[in-house]
Amino acid sequence: MPTEVLMPALSPTMEKGNLAKWLKREGDAVKSGDVIAEIETDKATMEVEAADEGTLGKILVPEGTHDVAVNTPIAVILGEGEDKSAIKDVKPSQQQKAAESAAPAKAEKAEAKAQETPAPKQEQKPPQAPEAKAASDPDIPEGTEMVTMTMREALRDAMAEEMRRDKDVFVIGEEVAEYQGAYKVTQGLLQEFGAKRVIDTPITEHGFAGLGVGAALAGLKPIVEFMTFNFAMQAMDHLINSAAKTLYMSGGQMGCSIVFRGPNGAAARVAAQHSQDYSAWYSHIPGLKVIAPFTAADAKGLLKAAIRDPNPVMFLENEILYGHSSPVPKLDDFVLPIGKAKIARSGNDVTIVSWSMGMSYALQAAEELAKDGIDAEVIDLRTLRPMDTGTIVASVQKTGRAVTVEEGWQQSGVGAEIAARIMERAFDYLDAPVARVSGRDVPMPYAANLEKLALPSVAEIVEAARAVCYR
Amino acid sequence: MTVASRKTEAENGARPFQKAVPDFSKEQDLAAYERMLTIRRFEEKAGQMYGMGLIGGFCHLYIGQEAVVIGMQMTLKPGDQVITGYRDHGHMLACGMNPKGVMAELTGRTHGYSKGKGGSMHMFSVEKGFYGGHGIVGAPVPIGTGLAFANTYRGNDNVCLTYFGDGAANQGQVYESFNMAELWKLPVVYVIENNRYAMGTAIARSSAETNLSRRGLSFNIPGEQVDGMDVRAVKAAGDKAVAWCRAGKGPYILEMLTYRYRGHSMSDPAKYRTREEVEKVRATHDPIEQARLRIIEKKFASEDQLKKIDAKVRALINEASEFATHDAEPDVSELYTDVYR
Ligand SMILES: Cc1ncc(C[n+]2csc(CCOP(=O)(O)OP(=O)(O)O)c2C)c(N)n1
Ligand SMILES: [Mg+2]
Repeated sequence: MPTEVLMPALSPTMEKGNLAKWLKREGDAVKSGDVIAEIETDKATMEVEAADEGTLGKILVPEGTHDVAVNTPIAVILGEGEDKSAIKDVKPSQQQKAAESAAPAKAEKAEAKAQETPAPKQEQKPPQAPEAKAASDPDIPEGTEMVTMTMREALRDAMAEEMRRDKDVFVIGEEVAEYQGAYKVTQGLLQEFGAKRVIDTPITEHGFAGLGVGAALAGLKPIVEFMTFNFAMQAMDHLINSAAKTLYMSGGQMGCSIVFRGPNGAAARVAAQHSQDYSAWYSHIPGLKVIAPFTAADAKGLLKAAIRDPNPVMFLENEILYGHSSPVPKLDDFVLPIGKAKIARSGNDVTIVSWSMGMSYALQAAEELAKDGIDAEVIDLRTLRPMDTGTIVASVQKTGRAVTVEEGWQQSGVGAEIAARIMERAFDYLDAPVARVSGRDVPMPYAANLEKLALPSVAEIVEAARAVCYR
Repeated sequence: MTVASRKTEAENGARPFQKAVPDFSKEQDLAAYERMLTIRRFEEKAGQMYGMGLIGGFCHLYIGQEAVVIGMQMTLKPGDQVITGYRDHGHMLACGMNPKGVMAELTGRTHGYSKGKGGSMHMFSVEKGFYGGHGIVGAPVPIGTGLAFANTYRGNDNVCLTYFGDGAANQGQVYESFNMAELWKLPVVYVIENNRYAMGTAIARSSAETNLSRRGLSFNIPGEQVDGMDVRAVKAAGDKAVAWCRAGKGPYILEMLTYRYRGHSMSDPAKYRTREEVEKVRATHDPIEQARLRIIEKKFASEDQLKKIDAKVRALINEASEFATHDAEPDVSELYTDVYR
């Protein structure tokens, strides 16, 4: 049967084009791959190749014709043994019919234009976005022994416990094995688990982050340590494009169970390239979970949860907090839910929301405020994505006022996100605009006095809380 | 190891391969012919469907390079892994993925391999050992190295074929991967598909060392150049490389000298090369035509029998395109699924 050659779409946006030139004449033999015509699109002159073998039976659109809509028949190709008389039988090819009925947006648009009767396509409404739900913290049985330990030890114990539990878990990064960790977080792991499961890498963040993703796609559960998150920017492409998006792009077939961890946020006196908070960066990305603990117990329970989680998790630690000690319940398997905020101090007058190092300023500020008779409620988010909006909103419904505290920059920061959610869900409860305390809008300075000024302070939080309380 | 000459004839279009290649058996030649033809017909059909607006966005066709994936796939065993970039339709078909599912992904429909959420550049099949389908140039290289790492970690003798282009060969992460792979003796074959162009940039305009098989030299990774237009040469080189990896000797580099006939993607007017250059490769080195002539000459099959194979392949591809044209778009409820699990 003769087949029609249709005006092709030659770019993602093309709807029509000019038929510049025919390179074959009626009666010419054509074979697959021969250039038969040239078409001008808005961008370039493109060649049309024949897809079938045969003879060019008839040219339907002469050269020089402008604005030929995509999918218009432009010629007829005759198959072996067919002659021109067959042309009158030509039926639109099966696919052209399909193109019409299956309604690919582009073909439809082009056709609608040609007839100047725009066929309105029913707009599909997006479904409701799912609400993240998180379980509550497990009950700690009465009489459980509490062991005071540093966050560093708690993190190490979490990894060791999970490595004992699951042979697929391994630790990889710079100086994690023989050196025992640049910040000594992986202390003792090499001795217990050996070099096969505790792996020193070359200084090659882009490479080992990608390698970790590959191992995770193959079903292993890597814990990838970045010496600090400042260096993870070299690996950003794998964190976001490879780790976070693969589950979605594979239609749920192939996921990536991996933890990227290491110290994040301002360190002391190391200046701009080594001192930066990435909370907002990662919390922007669907497909990632982002955790930033403040206490040793949360660090342990959440790191264990992160290692078990089937999704990629960014686990943001803090260098200054590594040496801080706090009580951790002595339980065989202490795991906390990801996505659940914690009321670190309850109060009625103002809600202060923070996480990680910001919590240390926030709690001190609450003590100061208490002296003035302002009873602050302090929420430790612990997980930034998925964010526990419910706990924040419930608190603001009670207090009517909110202050956010973060080390990172204000523009497009986590505080901005919290303020927006409060506005969307608790606007009627607010007695004052939400206040944001954050790092200054500058790269981190080196000089001791300037560095101090660049970071949020207890005094600023106190001032902001007073302001929203009009006191 | 055959990384001797600094300059290769591949740069000016001539193929350096006069050397004898091991023959295929009748079964191998016929199987390779049919599989290469399946990719060719699939890609031609995809091109047509793109022209009809049924396929959107970027669509990178593999026409001309078929011998590379088909020859390499003949060296694998169950449990081996394959990963590549965005020019991935041929790799998926070679892995045994269903043309219907691949085509339906190209049209963004429910029964596409990624439920319509990945498109041409992002498809995966756990079952067939195909790990994507990646849109970022160079990114599959460390990921493939990680897949190989998993084989070592698990103590099996599986191998990962990690494909990338001549353009991708200039990415820093490639060398980070080479270093780790050799350091840890990971079972990964780096298959560089040198089709002489990265979009519009001819290899000599982008690469200080155009013999890409030498790119592993400073990591002690052996490499060789292979006539990527001859499926038998690909298979022979692949066998050697895969055996090297399975024996625990570490990574291996194969530079496949090949050629893409079509533009970089569907919207590429291809003004950076002459029509004659394309015609010449096509006329003298086409991988499928070479196989066809060989089959006829050796009387492995008659013209008629080959016509039957052609018809069978066409029917398979038509069925795929019919399916992909009529399959439903994903339900709107799919918008929010598969972000987390
Ligand atoms: C990191 C990155 N940079 C640029 C691009 C855009 N891009 C896509 S393909 C391509 C050319 C790659 O050529 P090559 O590696 O030779 O592979 P081929 O297309 O020839 O198969 C470019 C520049 C990209 N996808 N990713
Ligand atoms: Mg190329």
